[in-house]
Order: sequence, then structure tokens, then C-alpha cells
Amino acid sequence: MKTWIFLYLLCWSALAFAHKPSDSYLSLQVEEDRATGHWDIALRDLDYALGLDANDDGAITWGEVRSREAEIASYALARLALQAGRGACQLTALGLRVDEHTDGHYAVLDFAAECPQTIASLGIGYRLFFDLDPQHRGLLRLAGKGGTQTAVLGPEEGLRQFELAQATNGMAAFKDFVREGVWHIWMGYDHILFLLSLLLPAVLSRQQGRWIQAASFRLAFWDVVKVVTAFTLAHSVSLSLATLGYVNLPSRWVESAIAASVVAAAINNILPLFHRRRPHLAFGFGLVHGLGFASVLSDLALPEGDRLLGLLGFNLGVELGQLAIVGVFLPMAYGLSRHRFYEPAVLKAGSLAIALLASGWLLERALDWNLMAMALP
Amino acid sequence: MKRNVSALVLGLFACMSSAEPYTPANDGEVLERITVPGPERRELRSLREEVRLHPERRELAINLARRYIQQGRKDADPRYYGYAEAVLGPWLANEDEEALILRAAIRQNRHDFARALADLDTVRRQNPRLGQAWLYRAAILEVQGDYSGAIQACLAFARLTASSAGTVCLESALSLAGQAQSAYQKLSGMAAMADLDPEQLGWTRVILGEMAERLNLAEEAEAWYRQALKAGPRNIYLLSTYADFLLDRNRPAEVVDLLEDETRADPLLLRLSLAEKRLNHPRYLGHFEALKARFAASRARGDTSHQGDEARFALCLEGNPQQALKLALVNWSVQREPRDARILLEAAKASGLSDAAQPVLEFLSRTRLEDARLSKLVSNQGGQSS
Repeated sequence: MKTWIFLYLLCWSALAFAHKPSDSYLSLQVEEDRATGHWDIALRDLDYALGLDANDDGAITWGEVRSREAEIASYALARLALQAGRGACQLTALGLRVDEHTDGHYAVLDFAAECPQTIASLGIGYRLFFDLDPQHRGLLRLAGKGGTQTAVLGPEEGLRQFELAQATNGMAAFKDFVREGVWHIWMGYDHILFLLSLLLPAVLSRQQGRWIQAASFRLAFWDVVKVVTAFTLAHSVSLSLATLGYVNLPSRWVESAIAASVVAAAINNILPLFHRRRPHLAFGFGLVHGLGFASVLSDLALPEGDRLLGLLGFNLGVELGQLAIVGVFLPMAYGLSRHRFYEPAVLKAGSLAIALLASGWLLERALDWNLMAMALP
Repeated sequence: MKRNVSALVLGLFACMSSAEPYTPANDGEVLERITVPGPERRELRSLREEVRLHPERRELAINLARRYIQQGRKDADPRYYGYAEAVLGPWLANEDEEALILRAAIRQNRHDFARALADLDTVRRQNPRLGQAWLYRAAILEVQGDYSGAIQACLAFARLTASSAGTVCLESALSLAGQAQSAYQKLSGMAAMADLDPEQLGWTRVILGEMAERLNLAEEAEAWYRQALKAGPRNIYLLSTYADFLLDRNRPAEVVDLLEDETRADPLLLRLSLAEKRLNHPRYLGHFEALKARFAASRARGDTSHQGDEARFALCLEGNPQQALKLALVNWSVQREPRDARILLEAAKASGLSDAAQPVLEFLSRTRLEDARLSKLVSNQGGQSS
């Protein structure tokens, strides 16, 4: 506290103000489609341009400045152009205050800008005082969601564009994450095979220890819905918990568990122990799969301010990808299930193949071996 | 570099708003004093009005620009040079000779030497007999360390004018180019330079003082400086040079007396602070902070004309020899007066990087510049001036 006062007083020591070339300080804060700011303009400069010393006594008083407020505002704002996209922003003066810089007192013009669209790229046309002093410069500070930028505005520049990360950030990042989610589930053979293992018997039903065709498409459909919903719920929950940091399990364990889940689901089709409970199986193992998704997501940097948005996007992507697969699978499986070969050829043989493959993964991941050439997540 | 400037501008915004914007309590509160006294103010205003009313009259504009430059020099106030440049605008587009020469003076003041020389070249092409163009050219080349070029320009100037100014120009350049003794004797022997106006006389005395200093003739140097102070208009160059002289002779109290009220100009504030530091003066810290803010403000707007002073600030006041060396090297690429050589040598020594001083040593041996203050520094380098 003491040092603060000390330093503060130092700034105000009995010292004549410096002479320096003419600068103004333009500070802008951008939000969506409007900007607010303040513009510090030297009283000396305003006096040279407009003549503020009304009684010509060599001293500019607050009263003299205040009485010319409207003129100062219109003079300054007429020489500042703000543009968002193709449209000009409307500038409005909000008030006048005073501040001190190294070379004397400045008028502080508070203003707001209303723009026709969200400001993704701000165009600034600055031409204050250049006709009176070509060495005048505008020192700009521009703050938006993407951070703060600074620039020196001089007479050569005309209209300058400043990119603001913020407007593009949200939507584009969201789409990126959706895409990553879709990609990951399509590339995630273990996830797909788990799901398919649970869904292969969906188009059949079990009666008295034997497989028969499902009575109707509607029954098959609802079965799929139950399994997929359970899986989705589970992996959404665990993905979120893991991404937000509430759950943290070693990845080798997670990957091995995922492989084990595929084995279990596949074996379940050959030795059906959990036919009716498949949704529960989907849920239980879905939790583990979600942790697998989370480790992928952690490799993709979530945007600082929008972690939830990224998470949501990724999750949505996974669901969409999943839906696409299921949407293709279901009619195909249903059609095939009308034939007698479905049970032995597709269900049993297919599940056996999946079980073998998944066992290989399990051994690899649990024991850290490299059994196959295929590198899988 | 851009990141540093960014940081500076942001820092500037932050520091400057340690004083927050406020609404003054009453209308009578004086916010800004115009430092130009009343009569001059009114004169400038009326001249400006005339120019506005008669934009086609060239001599009004030229005259006003001259007055602005004069005022700028007097107060060391860069804004006036800006005003002058604006007034000259339409005439510069026409390549008017006088306008170009005035702009060369403005650019020189900003240390924009290349463009200043370009303006003078344009003038000389149009009118080789315009003496002033040659004189300014000589002055700029001297600052850049091109002594043979400066001598040529001085000879051309001397051919075009009968005034003693020609001799002063020539001897000044010769003094730097290895003929210090003879130049000093010749110039100091010129008894009456009655044809010089007060400003030129003052300039001559400062030059003589510097020559004497380079020859290690301390008493004579002081005499010249004092004469200049007594007679002539106080200008920044004289005050800085004399202050440096006093600091070299360890007379900081006199520096404080000399510069106490001269805190507006950065070079003077620097020398005042250097003296105050040695005296442990109570005002030192405030001046230190003010200087720091001013250099930051210069840098924030991309202004590079104070880097020699900034190097000295970094070395002697901030105690940062590496930063000083960096600044001194950049400064050396723009200007090569003895003081620029000196700060580079000192910074190189202080940071223990004697190789960095190589460009100066080469320069010294090539030009045969004799300067007692530099010889001392060079000999400490182990006699490397090959």
C-alpha cells in the first residue's frame, strides 16, 4: 500500500510536463456488435485545432473545455471511422472527462459504437490532426474476446483491419469438435465393434434358449434404441466427468477395459448370458468407453473460455457418428436377419471373429505387446 | 520487437491510468498552461489566420513555417515541427526550394537523416547555388560521421557565401577529420565574426567549446561555453554539451543549478538526473521515473531519435549495460557523433563485450578523429585502435 502511494506521488512530482510529439490514446473494447471506448486527446492539440482558451489568458480551464464539449466530440468522432464487415458503425459520444499523461492534460472522450453486424474484423480509419500535424499518431489499444492488440495509427495507413478472434471462435471451434467426435467414433473400431456386438442380436429375439427372428421391425428398432441410449448416456457422463477433471484413471487400464468390454459383448452373443440385460451391459461398459473418448479429447486442446462448448461439440459428434453407423446397420441387419443364415453366419461367426480380435487387443493393451500391425486407439 | 512495442503501449496505458480519468471538481480548475507567452502566441495565431485566408500566398506559409521551427527549437517542442510540416504541405508538393530546405531541417531534427538529405539533394539539383542546402547537408553528414562529405559540402557552401559561417562549417568538419589542433587555432584566432547573427555566434562558440574539449583544453572549453550561455539564446544543444562537460569534471551541483528548470526536454532531464543521482538529490527518483515514462512513450509511437540518450539512461541510471549496448549499437547505425561513439564504447566496456566496440574503433582509425574523452576509453580497451 505504502509503495503504491509512493509511486503514485512520484508520478505527480513537481515536474514540468515533457514536450513530446503529438499522440492520442484510443482505447476500444469490443463485444459482439458494439464497442465502447475512450479517446484521450491532448488539450494542447485540441486548443491548436479548435481554440479552447476562450479568454486568451494562456490557461485552459475545465470550464472552457466543458463549454466546448459537443464541438470537441463532433470534431474528434468525425475523424474516426469504425467498420464491421462492409457496414459503418455509428459513433455516439457519451461524455467528457480529463486525464494526465507525460506531456500534460488530455480530454478523455467516452464513446460507444453500434455496428451493423457482429464484429469479427474491425476496420479503423483514423485521421485526427494529420492535416494540422503530420507527426501526430494515434496509439490504439483494442480489446476483444481473443485478447488485446495494440497499434500505432499514422497518416499513411487509411483504413486498417484488425482481426478479432472472438466471433469466429465459438462457432468454428464447436464445429471442429463435432467433427473430431464423429471422426473418433468412426475410427474407433473398438467402440464400433462393442456397439455392433450388442446390436447384432437386436434383430433377433430369444425364446426358450433359441434364437428366432424378431417379431417385427418395431421391436428390433426399440431394442436398438434402448442399447444405444444406454451406451450414449454412459459414455457422455464419463466423458464429461473425465474431461472436467473429476475422474482420472490410468489410460492403460481404460484401454484394456474397453478391449475387455468388446470381448464380453461378443462372447455374450455366443453364450448368451445377458441378452435382456444388454442395455445394462451397454451402460456399464459405456462408462469405460467414455473415459477412452476423454483421453482423445484431452489431446485436442479445448478452447480456454469455452471448454464446455468444446466438450458438448465432441460429445455431439460422437453421437452423430454413432447414429450414422446404427442407421446404416439396422436396416441391413434386419434385412439379413430374415434369412436363416443370419444366426450362424453373422451372429455366431461374426461375434467369434470380434471376440478373437478384441482378445488380441486386450493382450496387447494389458501387457503392452504389439501383436498386430494395425495400430488402434 | 513488435511484442515489446505492444507491451510498451499496454504498459503506457496501464501506467498512465494509474492516474485515472476524472471529472474536475470546478470550472475554474486550470488543466493546461500554454507555455508560449502571450505576445508570441497572438503573433503565431494571426500569422496562421493569414495563411488560412490567403492559401495561395507562398511567402506567408514559408514565414509561418520558419516561425514554427524557431519556436520548436527554442522550446525543444516537437509539435511545432509538426505544425511547420503541415503548413508547408502544399508547397512541398510543388518542390518549392525553401519549403524543401525547411522540411530538411524538420527531418534532421527528427533524426530522419536519409530523408533530410534527399530533400536537400532535390534542392541542389534544382538550384546548385543555394548555400543553405549545402550548409545543412554538411551538418547532417557531420552527424553521420561522413567527414569527407561534410568537408566537400562546407567548401561548396564557403564558395557561395562571403560570411564567416563558411569558415566555421569547414573548420568544424576538419577538426573532426584529424586536424583538431590546426582547426581550433584557426577558428579561435578569428577575432571578430561580426557578420554572424547572435544565433550563429552562439553556435560557433559551442563548436569552439567542443573542439577545445576534444583537445583536452578544459579551461578554454569552459570559457567558450560560458560565453555562449551569457550572450546567446539558451538552446538545448548548448545546455546538453556544457552539462556533459561539467559531469565529466565531476561538478554535478553546477549541473543541477544549470538545468533545474529545464525538465521539459528529454536530453536535459537526462543530464539533470545524472547529476542528481551523484548528489543523492531528493528529486532524483521522480525524475528517473519521468524519464523512463518518456522513453517508453517515444518507443510506443515508434520514435527512434533518442536512442543515444536512452542508452545512457540504461547504462548510468538503470544499471543495465546489456540494454545500453543494444541501444547504443542501433543508435550508432543512425548517427556517429563523438558522443555516440562514447556511449557505445562505455556500454561495451560495462557489459564486458569489447568486441562490440569494434565498429567504433574502425571508425576512429579511419577518420582519425581526435577526442581526448574517447582516447581514454580506447586505451582502456588495450590499444586496439589498429
